[in-house]
Amino acid sequence: MNPARLLRWEAMLALVLVLEIVVFSSLSPYFLSVDTLSDATFNFTERALIALPLALLIIAGEIDISVAAIIALASVAMGLAAGQGVGTPGLAAIGLGTGLAAGAINGALVTVGRVPSIVATIGTMTLFRGAAYAVLGDRVLKDYPPSFATFGQGYLAGPVSIELALFVVFSLAFGLFLHRTRWGRAVYAIGANPVASRFAGVAVDRYRFVLFAVTGLFCGLAAVLLTSRLGSTRPSIAQGWELEIISMVILGGVSVWGGKGSIVGVVLAALVFGLVTFGLGLMNIPGIVMSIFTGALLILVVAIPALLSRRR
Amino acid sequence: MSAGVLRGFSDTGRRDLAFGVLTLLLFGAVVAVFPGFASPRNVAGLLDDTSILVMLALGQMLVILVRGVDLSVAANLALCGMLAALFNRAYPGAGVLPAVLLAAGAGTLLGACNGLLVWKLRLPPIVVTLGTMSVYRGVIYLLSRGEWVNENEMSREFLAFPRGTFLGLTTLSWLAIVIAALFVVALRRTRVARDLYAAGGNPEAAAYSGIDAGRMQFLAYTICGAIAGLAGCLWVSRFAVAYTDIALGFELQVIAACLIGGVAIAGGVGSAVGVVLGCVFIGIIRSSLPLVGISPFWQMFINGAVILVAVLLSARRREHPRTVLESA
Repeated sequence: MNPARLLRWEAMLALVLVLEIVVFSSLSPYFLSVDTLSDATFNFTERALIALPLALLIIAGEIDISVAAIIALASVAMGLAAGQGVGTPGLAAIGLGTGLAAGAINGALVTVGRVPSIVATIGTMTLFRGAAYAVLGDRVLKDYPPSFATFGQGYLAGPVSIELALFVVFSLAFGLFLHRTRWGRAVYAIGANPVASRFAGVAVDRYRFVLFAVTGLFCGLAAVLLTSRLGSTRPSIAQGWELEIISMVILGGVSVWGGKGSIVGVVLAALVFGLVTFGLGLMNIPGIVMSIFTGALLILVVAIPALLSRRR
Repeated sequence: MSAGVLRGFSDTGRRDLAFGVLTLLLFGAVVAVFPGFASPRNVAGLLDDTSILVMLALGQMLVILVRGVDLSVAANLALCGMLAALFNRAYPGAGVLPAVLLAAGAGTLLGACNGLLVWKLRLPPIVVTLGTMSVYRGVIYLLSRGEWVNENEMSREFLAFPRGTFLGLTTLSWLAIVIAALFVVALRRTRVARDLYAAGGNPEAAAYSGIDAGRMQFLAYTICGAIAGLAGCLWVSRFAVAYTDIALGFELQVIAACLIGGVAIAGGVGSAVGVVLGCVFIGIIRSSLPLVGISPFWQMFINGAVILVAVLLSARRREHPRTVLESA
């Protein structure tokens, strides 16, 4: 994808975003207030935080379907630790550590075990989610200390929540990494042609491993934020999120075949996505009906370029 | 005949044999501790419990053989099951056959949707079926308005259909046995099956020999969908309830059964016998968990562990000693 086309895709996303704001503010008089918009950000920040590293992973030609299951695993680990009286900083460390470890397992399966990432992460998705169910069964964990609520419910300044601030900071960091560093260029190269990259001296497997581990780490971060926001852990936490997170990345213009995509696109897609779900929520449309929208959108977004290229 | 014997000693055949022995050992181990496990009644029950998994896994195998994956099978099953239940509620006098045909027909269409998207637009199967999975689930909610169809709203013959027994086995078991037998024979003896393996094993070479790999993909998704639709009707009448979330996450068990049964995710490798054994293996674990005193909540975890072991082993097997550089 050349820069001109990339720009066009992102311009289109920006246009959709503006359209959404216009439509929703005309449908609901409460939409265009700072408080509402601030609330709306909670709808996507946790997912979008995972979409950032997942975008890099997909650009590098891999995929991770286990992201939502890692959230469940990390949340259960935190819940159990909270039951033992671990304090807030310890809980956050356990959440992040569990995510990192789970991501490292994915990375090891793909780089050392030489298992294709789709199969490996279908396996670990079942394993991690299964572990959450095995440990919790039908119980709920909610012995979190009051101060733990800060991460998911606190505000940094005015209407800017901690979640939103984290998302902004990490968007910039990932954008700079991918588009301005040598390592970012290597990620594109690996996705475009792993064999050529290896011949060019890129440590392909090391990149893959680190990308899986970082994706896991951000799932851990999302687990901290989500658990803190909900105040409880069930084994079904974040069920189906993998679909929404992958949709965000693909909607952002990242090619499922690897080698193409930008962080600006992913960030815009996250905003588009978050506003749509929030707007539909304002109109009292149940989540399961939204899933029709999410699924159709995912297929449409990959189908449009395919249809366009068939024309030529 | 000699070709048949040779095929018996092929890589896949050897694996099936080894895995069959392993499954027997597992069964033997459970029986050694709990002799009642081998009683004819329990074995018939085990077969009945595993039947739907066997049907779905055979359909899924076709899709994986042509380098795809169908994550939407469980949603397809649930949607068609709901259709059958709603039909039965609206026309209780119409009998069972129209409901079965309706479910199987709808499933065929849903599968064909997946197949068309993969074939005509060349979209990645995982993205397509992840998308249709959530669309199909959403549609169930719209159809049923979020309500359940309960046992008392289903006609007696609809409920009796999978439960009827013949020679000690249920209709459901017999259906699975017939479908499995059809698969075993068809995959070994028909030309279209040979084309299917060829299209999955090496699409380019297949194209040069006049096989349309895309068509084979379409066929695989369509058959997989048809089986899912049929299974949906059976599921709903067997468990006597239909709601939006039935069989939620069951696609993972289906894929697990295929991977355990030796179907290679890279396509082109797998046998019906192996897949059936994979299902039986999962079934034995599932039904022995309560005996050993392990909570059924462990089932998913064990499935995940077994999938990982199976794929790690098959990745090892493929590794070529002379490979200098991974073809990534």
